[in-house]
Amino acid sequence: MNKVLLGILLGAILGAFDGLTAWFTPEVRSQMVGIVIGSTFKGIIAGVLIGFFARKVNSLTLGIIFGLAVGALLAFAIAAMQHGHYFAIMLPGSMVGLIVGYATQRYGAPAPMQRAQKA
Amino acid sequence: MTRLSDNVISRLKAEMLVPDLTGTRYEPVRMLGRGGMATIWLVRDTVLEREVAMKVLAPEAGSDALAARLQHEALVLASLEHPGIVPVHDAGTLADGRTFYCMKYVQGKTLDEFSQGKDLREGIELLRRVVEPVAFAHARGFVHRDLKPENIMVGAFGEVLVMDWGLAKSLQDAAGPPGQEFRVAAGDRGRTAHGTVLGTRGFMAPEQERGDQHEIDERSDVYALGAILRFLADGANEHLSPSLRAIAAKAMAKERGARYSSAIDFSADLNHYLLGQQVVAYPESLIEKLARQLRRHQVAVGLVLVYLLMRLVFILFSH
Repeated sequence: MNKVLLGILLGAILGAFDGLTAWFTPEVRSQMVGIVIGSTFKGIIAGVLIGFFARKVNSLTLGIIFGLAVGALLAFAIAAMQHGHYFAIMLPGSMVGLIVGYATQRYGAPAPMQRAQKA
Repeated sequence: MTRLSDNVISRLKAEMLVPDLTGTRYEPVRMLGRGGMATIWLVRDTVLEREVAMKVLAPEAGSDALAARLQHEALVLASLEHPGIVPVHDAGTLADGRTFYCMKYVQGKTLDEFSQGKDLREGIELLRRVVEPVAFAHARGFVHRDLKPENIMVGAFGEVLVMDWGLAKSLQDAAGPPGQEFRVAAGDRGRTAHGTVLGTRGFMAPEQERGDQHEIDERSDVYALGAILRFLADGANEHLSPSLRAIAAKAMAKERGARYSSAIDFSADLNHYLLGQQVVAYPESLIEKLARQLRRHQVAVGLVLVYLLMRLVFILFSH
């Protein structure tokens, strides 16, 4: 699968899952829909960025580092908007970025141009 | 009458082996090797100023049939232009009447030497590269019939060359190369006898051992490739996975119909193994399939597990 598409799909799925885990926190359960939508959207943005990076840079290590950084940065922005829970938001967010970074590099198909060069 | 000492006799024998290169463009450098039928010399091409290997019929093997066989080998090599097949440069008859041909001088190690101390994975990757020239020859209608580690050279830059096409048989020509009787003698493993032996025990397909020339086709080479895989596995002294055992067993099936239908299919299955995919030769159970997928994607699975564990810890702490 295309690296960008894989990034978007994985980002959306993991982002949605990340949001759904808020159900286990009773005080925010009433805002579940907003959290899931926001988290999915965050995952999609991370997926697009990481996917495009994977298309440009063909390196597993750099892909993981970039994914981690993007995930952490977006999670930091969310935490900053909520004025707290930095650790609880940033750690899973960074982890999601890392997984997407790894997966796009490892499982994403190279862009058509790269395929032609390899051939 | 004076009797010659053993020392003198052995020196005379050695002198006899030296090819008479009078009137040719070559100068002898040293002997590289000696087989039952021919000797291989390192010679210097004085025109192109390079060293080449010259295969010359041994003086004691002076029959027309063996000369024809050496010529046949040169012709086979000339018709198979492939980076994995040693190129022939020249062929003819020397002043002493011995048939010869010149080929590229390959500096490197034979597969049995090269594979020592290497892990099995590396050996399998190398074997897949051996398949390329073999499959090319099959596509051109030739079967090698003597594939074995000693006949595979690995060059200094990692190039892989399949050597010794002396037993190669044209699939169109049922009679095979000249100078051969199709009956089998008990050749030792690791040594190819000529005339009566069609290959090397341990690497020779059953139909080859039976001397059943009409049954010899590319699947006979597939058998030898399977035997090389076994040889590499034995040398690496590693535990063979059931998939790899099944690949070797399928390639070396007694009935040629049960083998891979081509060298390319064999190579493709080896590739499946290297990539952690299911191999054709081994039908997996559901548990084995799951275990293989987990092994194949162990990093991704590990990351997801860490993520889930972390989430679980957060949930437990939030309560």
